[in-house]
Amino acid sequence: MIVADRKSLEEILEMVEDCKKILIVGCKGCVTVCNVGGVKEVEILSSSLKIARKKAGIEIEIDMHTLERQCDNEYIEQIKETVNDYDAVVSMACGVGPQFLSEMYKDQKFFPALDTTFFGGATEHGVWEERCAGCGTCIIHKYDGLCPVARCAKSLLHGPCGGSSNSACEISKDTECVWDSIVRKKMEQGRLEDLLGVTEARDWRSARDGGPRRSIREELVQGNI
Amino acid sequence: MSELKSGSNLEKVLNAGHFAFTGECGPPKGANVEHLVEKFKFLKGNVDAVNITDNQTAVVRMSSMAASALMVQEGMEPNFQMVCRDRNRLAIMSDILGAYALGIRNMLCLSGDHQTFGNHPEAKNVHDIDSMQLIRLVKTMREGKFMNGDDIDVAPKMFIGAACNPFADPYEFRVHRLANKIEAGADFIQTQCIFNMEKFRDFMKKVVDMGLHEKCYILAGVTPMKNAGMANFMSKFVPGMDIPDDLIKRLKSVDKKDQSEEGIKFALEQVEEFKGMEGVAGVHMMAIEWEHMVPEIAKRAGVLPRPQV
Repeated sequence: MIVADRKSLEEILEMVEDCKKILIVGCKGCVTVCNVGGVKEVEILSSSLKIARKKAGIEIEIDMHTLERQCDNEYIEQIKETVNDYDAVVSMACGVGPQFLSEMYKDQKFFPALDTTFFGGATEHGVWEERCAGCGTCIIHKYDGLCPVARCAKSLLHGPCGGSSNSACEISKDTECVWDSIVRKKMEQGRLEDLLGVTEARDWRSARDGGPRRSIREELVQGNI
Repeated sequence: MSELKSGSNLEKVLNAGHFAFTGECGPPKGANVEHLVEKFKFLKGNVDAVNITDNQTAVVRMSSMAASALMVQEGMEPNFQMVCRDRNRLAIMSDILGAYALGIRNMLCLSGDHQTFGNHPEAKNVHDIDSMQLIRLVKTMREGKFMNGDDIDVAPKMFIGAACNPFADPYEFRVHRLANKIEAGADFIQTQCIFNMEKFRDFMKKVVDMGLHEKCYILAGVTPMKNAGMANFMSKFVPGMDIPDDLIKRLKSVDKKDQSEEGIKFALEQVEEFKGMEGVAGVHMMAIEWEHMVPEIAKRAGVLPRPQV
């Protein structure tokens, strides 16, 4: 899923500084699963903003609405009747949400309440870790399902580098060296030969480097499915 | 003696069967050419080539290519270090051509320390290709082709170096990674600073068993410790360093004013052992910000005069 962190209250307060009435839009997708942008978090943000503004002597009126998803125009449309009743709209979705909203509602201002961080999952309650960089050409079958592009700090295809120590990355003792895991798994399975030789350089066109990406499924576009 | 690939002095020294002795010099944090040239003087005549570091520890310094070119102007031989952190393949190929055009004939291909270590941790890193692919690329260019297969008009014939850290983990894989670098095209290897001699002896045994020393020249990395504090610091804060407690104890066992001499003595003992160690073709002396000690170290190590080839 897409993982995000909420921005600080101070940063959000600054965005809505000139607003007297706002709408906070939550999302029931990934950000609900990672406990940062669902119904509950929308309520918490709303209360926090109201308290802070009351304390500052400039009260703010806030309405809340949590959509099924903010990455789908079908749901974005659901707020069309009321969206322009506000000075601004704060989105608690990943970075996709405020943009879909902004593209549909040209006259309104949209602010992000979240910092979208990565594609990952929860490794324990309350802890999420990156697993995928969305580079557009998956090669993890070569590494027993572990991704060096997303998880090596240098995206090395021939690791581990000279900074790998006690299974940790050189950037921090708390960061796993994924190459250490790849090598150990290969060694345990007796398939070290998979890591011998030189891998071709990546073609980064399928990643963000090739420009904004688009995925077209002809069969769906033509309405056959 | 085999046919020369680059014709660099370092290649000729190694090719002639001499025990190589290379040095290292970090470019200044500024455009202070005078200071840089001053540091060169301590290395001139005392080493076969000098590694010019490339924004080492991710701290911004004068470009390694410019500092290498300044060294060429001084009649010395640089070993131009290049990291993959700061350049994509376009910049890499263009810099290789530029370096060759400026008279640079040796290159050391590195991934580069992560930028979080340096003085611009906010920077975006590149890592379009990694050090293994860089080695392969320098070789491809030496053979007259760009990465895309296009012909190069006057190929940059570099003597290709790579790094090896036998002390990083997992240890069992290190010799295989070295083999990969040799397969990629490395002509010579400079190892990370060695302090744990026992582990290095074991590593070299593995290297020799696999016959890697016959495919590539291996230069053992030596850094003389200035004092026990430096050893402690490196042990704790420099990634991939293996500094045995015995060495720290040894340095601490003498008066503070004598610790640098004790550090040099240990380095000299290492050089002596490397001279006789199977598979070791030379020493890479990294006297970090201690270039003025190199003449004395080289003299006491018995590696002077350097061979004229």
